[in-house]
Amino acid sequence: MHGTKILEEAGRLMTVCNSCRYCEGLCAVFPAMEMRRAFSDGDLNYFANLCHGCGACYTDCQFSPPHEFNVNVPQTLTIARAESYAAYAWPRAFSGLFVRNGLWISVIAALSVAAFIFGFAAFHDRQVLFGVHTGPGAFYKLMPHNAMAALFGGVFLYSIIALVMGVRAFWRDIGEPIGMLADPPSIWQAIKDAGQLRYLDGGGVGCVNEDERPSDLRRIYHHLTFYGFGLCFASTSVATAYHYFWAREAPYPWWDLPVVLGTLGGIGLLIGPAGLLAEKWKRDPDLVDHERMGMDVAFVVMLFMTSLTGLALLVLRDTAAMGALLALHLGVVFALFITMPYGKFVHGIYRFAALVRYARERRSPG
Amino acid sequence: MVDLSRKFDVLVIGGGNAALCAAISARQAGASVLVLEGAPKFYRGGNTRHTRNMRCAHDAATDILTGPYTEQEFWEDLQRVTDGETDEELAKHMIAESKDILGWIVEQGVRWQPSLGGTLGLGRTNSFFLGGGRAMLNALYLTAEKLGVDILYDAEVLGLEIENGMFLSAMLKQGHADVAVRAATLVAAAGGFEANIEWLKQYWGDAADNFLIRGTPYNRGSILKMLLDKGVQDVGDPTQCHAVAIDARAPKFDGGIITRHDSVVFGIVVNKHAARFYDEGEDIWPKRYAIWGRLVAAQPDQIAYIIFDSSVRNSFMPTLFPPIEAPTIAGLAARFELDPAALEQTIAGFNAAVRPGTFDHTILDDCRTEGLTPPKTHWARKIETPPYYAYPVRPGITFTYLGTRVNRQARMLMKDGRPAANMFAAGEIMAGNVLGKGYAAGIGMTIGSVFGRIAGREAAQNARN
Repeated sequence: MHGTKILEEAGRLMTVCNSCRYCEGLCAVFPAMEMRRAFSDGDLNYFANLCHGCGACYTDCQFSPPHEFNVNVPQTLTIARAESYAAYAWPRAFSGLFVRNGLWISVIAALSVAAFIFGFAAFHDRQVLFGVHTGPGAFYKLMPHNAMAALFGGVFLYSIIALVMGVRAFWRDIGEPIGMLADPPSIWQAIKDAGQLRYLDGGGVGCVNEDERPSDLRRIYHHLTFYGFGLCFASTSVATAYHYFWAREAPYPWWDLPVVLGTLGGIGLLIGPAGLLAEKWKRDPDLVDHERMGMDVAFVVMLFMTSLTGLALLVLRDTAAMGALLALHLGVVFALFITMPYGKFVHGIYRFAALVRYARERRSPG
Repeated sequence: MVDLSRKFDVLVIGGGNAALCAAISARQAGASVLVLEGAPKFYRGGNTRHTRNMRCAHDAATDILTGPYTEQEFWEDLQRVTDGETDEELAKHMIAESKDILGWIVEQGVRWQPSLGGTLGLGRTNSFFLGGGRAMLNALYLTAEKLGVDILYDAEVLGLEIENGMFLSAMLKQGHADVAVRAATLVAAAGGFEANIEWLKQYWGDAADNFLIRGTPYNRGSILKMLLDKGVQDVGDPTQCHAVAIDARAPKFDGGIITRHDSVVFGIVVNKHAARFYDEGEDIWPKRYAIWGRLVAAQPDQIAYIIFDSSVRNSFMPTLFPPIEAPTIAGLAARFELDPAALEQTIAGFNAAVRPGTFDHTILDDCRTEGLTPPKTHWARKIETPPYYAYPVRPGITFTYLGTRVNRQARMLMKDGRPAANMFAAGEIMAGNVLGKGYAAGIGMTIGSVFGRIAGREAAQNARN
């Protein structure tokens, strides 16, 4: 007996799959399954987060619907995965944010943008908000740097604490000793596997998305998104270092490192999320977690908006639109960071932890 | 839309490995090709859906094969499993051609992987399909589509127009108006008749009602029957089929590989009267795997029960259906309407006959019974550790042996021995030429790919002449 309906179904499927094993070369889920004969809820949550949703096992399965065995591993694990996010959320009181997640994220983003516009307007007169500001420190005429750093640093710190608590809950659920998360060879293996999305390639030919024709598009879009996000994050980090260590204030000229990193990252963060969204809409309905569609869409839209508002700010920073765009950009980024522990962002964290565990299991089974 | 009014160079009837290999090789040789698959798209591919590997000769280890498997060794294995019931010339031709198939099939998009967990014994001889048989089919269909092969699903062929060993057209069921599809040559790759219970009944009587069919309900043998009725020479024993003992709870059709049981050697097998009927420890399991279907088919009501205790519960692959469990032998009997006293007596008699020995299921060990009929000659250990378990099993039919006789070109031979003018066959429908009886893992796919490729090539050439 399992804790939830979806885990009940996942347990049934793993029993079917473990007596077949044809898919063991496709990804990490099936080899992990073969190491077991019975499946606890924790095992199933581990498989769910290890699954990258490439869909290959669905198209390759002789027992997928309409067969009476009704084997649909990707969809089942996708739903189980989403339910696990809510179960691991910290604090527990916020796990409800995963229900109608798209709506929550939209509301939080709207409020956050409104708060920045209102804040700028309340603290300054119209000339400042709609004035033209150029040269070093232009942004800080609207919001002092220390206030900005304190606010975003605080939010970032909170998100990290919430994410760490989530991982702790996941790690306990799957029954791994806590020390294993600090196993360097396993972590290095997981970094390589996650960094190249090794298990989002259908065992070598690409993802299955809208039909049985495999394609690498989802992997490419995800790379653009992930590395785009990384570059943007690096841009912000470099800028912070400039500010505190070299007393160089933003905005920086277009050839300077923060702008170059941010622009390149921003382009990735436009194409990647847009592509992922397009692929999501084309996806075979049999593979989709329809109830949680909003969560996926909200996250990629937030990433897209982060980039779009950031690039708009870059292009129009010497005009009167700068004040409004800065409020918009900061509002979106604030909402992105504060909702990180309560949205699709967590998929990367739990999947990485699952990959660490898988690497550990492969090296020393049992 | 496929233009059915045109005359195709090659018409392929069937949709599995053999059919697709034929279609691809014919198309690559320049022919226009139409494939008629009788099943809906999901069930396309017949028994290929459920396969997982292919046996090909190779002179050296590869990325995924652990060592060489020479033509000679392949030939010796084939002779052994068929008791010599094979056409030596054809078989050796197939084995020689199989070497090239290892690479050719990869060029068609199929991907290999090392042998699956729990099948280490095949690691040297058999190449496994990454993702299994349906993944292999998906790759072949994609390749065929890219090459411009026309494919129709739900394409039931109602009749073949054949004159004097010359194929003219096939009558295709198309809604209200049936269509005659014309082609210069025919490749029949439509499988056997294992899913045709009425046909099986001709040889097995009402017992066939209790058979379970491991593949799709579409392997009805209608094309095979049409060809034999039109004067094509038959090959293979019509009364025989490949049958294994599968879980009695499996669906009537298409349960595939996951309904199998590997636990026979770890326990005893009784019939509905709770009596044993065959030596469960006769030989290493994979070698005896395929006799149990026939054995169970010969028992009353075609039902049997594999009985074991908790000491061996985890000694074999996990099963789709869990074993039925009970704390006592009598309790177990009651779960199946077996006579509790009879089962207790059978097990007591068996336990009393077990001699001490050192258990090792990977070799023919010295654990055996003495003074018991039938004996259990290896791996015999007392069934005495509760809880007790049982799997109900029935005959699961994999394929049939009756087929069309062919020559080295995969060209059908007529009853008078003449080669057919323009008709070829590949796959299970002609497997009986090389596989008169028995089976060796992966050989069905070898027959399909090798003769499919030959048939396609020859048909394309035939169509040009």
